[in-house]
Amino acid sequence: MAALTKEETEALIQEVLEVYPEQARKDRAKHLAVNDQSLEKSNKCITSNRKSQPGVMTIRGCAYAGSKGVVWGPIKDMIHISHGPVGCGQYSRAGRRNYYVGTTGINTFGTMNFTSDFQEKDIVFGGDKKLAKIMTEIEELFPLNKGISIQSECPIGLIGDDIEAVAKKANKEINKPVVPVRCEGFRGVSQSLGHHIANDAIRDWVLENRDGDESFATTPYDVAVIGDYNIGGDAWASRTLLEEMGLRVVAQWSGDGTIAEMEKTPKVKLNLIHCYRSMNYIARHMEEKYKIPWIEYNFFGPTKIAESLRKIAALFDETIQAGAEKVIAKYQAEYDAVIAKYKPRLQGKRVMLYVGGLRPRHVIGAYEDLGMEVVGTGYEFGHNDDYDRTIKEMGNATLIYDDVTGYEFEEFVKKVQPDLIGSGIKEKYIFQKMGIPFRQMHSWDYSGPYHGYDGFAIFARDMDMTLNNPCWKQVKAPWKTAESSDVAVAASA
Amino acid sequence: MPSVMLKKNAEDKLVFYVPKKDLEEVAESIEFDSPDKWGGEVLLSDGSRYYFEPMDEQPDFPITLRAKRLDSGE
Repeated sequence: MAALTKEETEALIQEVLEVYPEQARKDRAKHLAVNDQSLEKSNKCITSNRKSQPGVMTIRGCAYAGSKGVVWGPIKDMIHISHGPVGCGQYSRAGRRNYYVGTTGINTFGTMNFTSDFQEKDIVFGGDKKLAKIMTEIEELFPLNKGISIQSECPIGLIGDDIEAVAKKANKEINKPVVPVRCEGFRGVSQSLGHHIANDAIRDWVLENRDGDESFATTPYDVAVIGDYNIGGDAWASRTLLEEMGLRVVAQWSGDGTIAEMEKTPKVKLNLIHCYRSMNYIARHMEEKYKIPWIEYNFFGPTKIAESLRKIAALFDETIQAGAEKVIAKYQAEYDAVIAKYKPRLQGKRVMLYVGGLRPRHVIGAYEDLGMEVVGTGYEFGHNDDYDRTIKEMGNATLIYDDVTGYEFEEFVKKVQPDLIGSGIKEKYIFQKMGIPFRQMHSWDYSGPYHGYDGFAIFARDMDMTLNNPCWKQVKAPWKTAESSDVAVAASA
Repeated sequence: MPSVMLKKNAEDKLVFYVPKKDLEEVAESIEFDSPDKWGGEVLLSDGSRYYFEPMDEQPDFPITLRAKRLDSGE
């Protein structure tokens, strides 16, 4: 199918909105837009970070998901207590594939679920005593933990428990950082506020721990990788590139990260932000307090990697700049071979994305390197500044949808007929049943890494494997194909 | 009275950031911008105007300051 024109795309949006009651239609219309590269600011065309409409199927998460699942969870040597009923922690346990090195249950705890397992009695009488007891038990059973964070679930805020007081007391008892995080799920409109709350908790309870302590030997090339969650090993694939160009990565936030790394971050010379949405808050704070500059970078696809490596190197001296060129040259044969192999198989294919964080705009470059075109993109929980950064990346007259509902997404896909969809597990089976190839772009569909040059090879292979899989020809029932119905008609006559 | 985080960008222009509103704009003009006086009315590139209490010296950017909003600009 040929690309839609601006008018056609606008008509499509109107058509999809048709079924809603008037109020809902008016509200949803603000979240759907046709991309126009001439716009400087997204707020002229799209509204974001607003409460979802009651009754529609939204794909968003909650503040607890943003804090425990995204920001705090991957810190491997701390124990994160899901404080509240058991479900929130258990159903999200180890689902995000934040890889880490360590012995789980001994010195790392990433895939384990710690919960205070609230019962009726705790709701009625408060859960503070239980929380204190849990922390004593944790200290006994897992003495190698480096700290504890308390991730509040909805009831904690509703019943008004004083987790800060419990945390302060426990901190004195066990002599390790104990961080209370007020990330009750009902706060905010999506997981985005959870990221912010988690960032603020890091700011208030962790970042200052080594202020005035100069025992950490620094170099002029110290950087911190912020907002890389090591999904399927992403952060490792990024880190090798940075180290090869001569930088010293002091901290990884927070994939395969430790609390010691976070405490050392105020000593670095530059913060590198991959996921802007979830970690820009802390970067801005460090810029103000410690005068550490930060930049955003993008390690998806060779074009963007080269661009980012040069951008990072430009902030350092010539040795690093030469190092960046060396890294790009070193991997050139490798990624040229990947493009030569997969581009002919993927050329011209059209992709629709709907994910969160940084990916709706960051992966566009990787698809373009493979000759593919992104015809629709959207954020689950993006803010205006995300859309500002997206407009220039997307082609003119492509679809942009904010907090898209299940219904809208399906209708868009039916009309646009993309060759590939990249979204989450909740969308996967709907679209596969519709016969459209699908990749999960949250957890890389149990594959990865996708960052860096190593990741690009895997990305290209995965996209090819999905798109050109022979199974898609078998999706339609044989009696529903055109030929067989002709035969059936002929037979019945 | 929003809290505004101010910093200088690579072109040495003042960047305005209001966390609560995700507003990230470059300042077009500042009423007082000399070494011994800073503040006053600030015009942003989207047309909105803010007011900072004038101070006797250049603040040390990046910094968070309270601003008064003069109009919405839209």
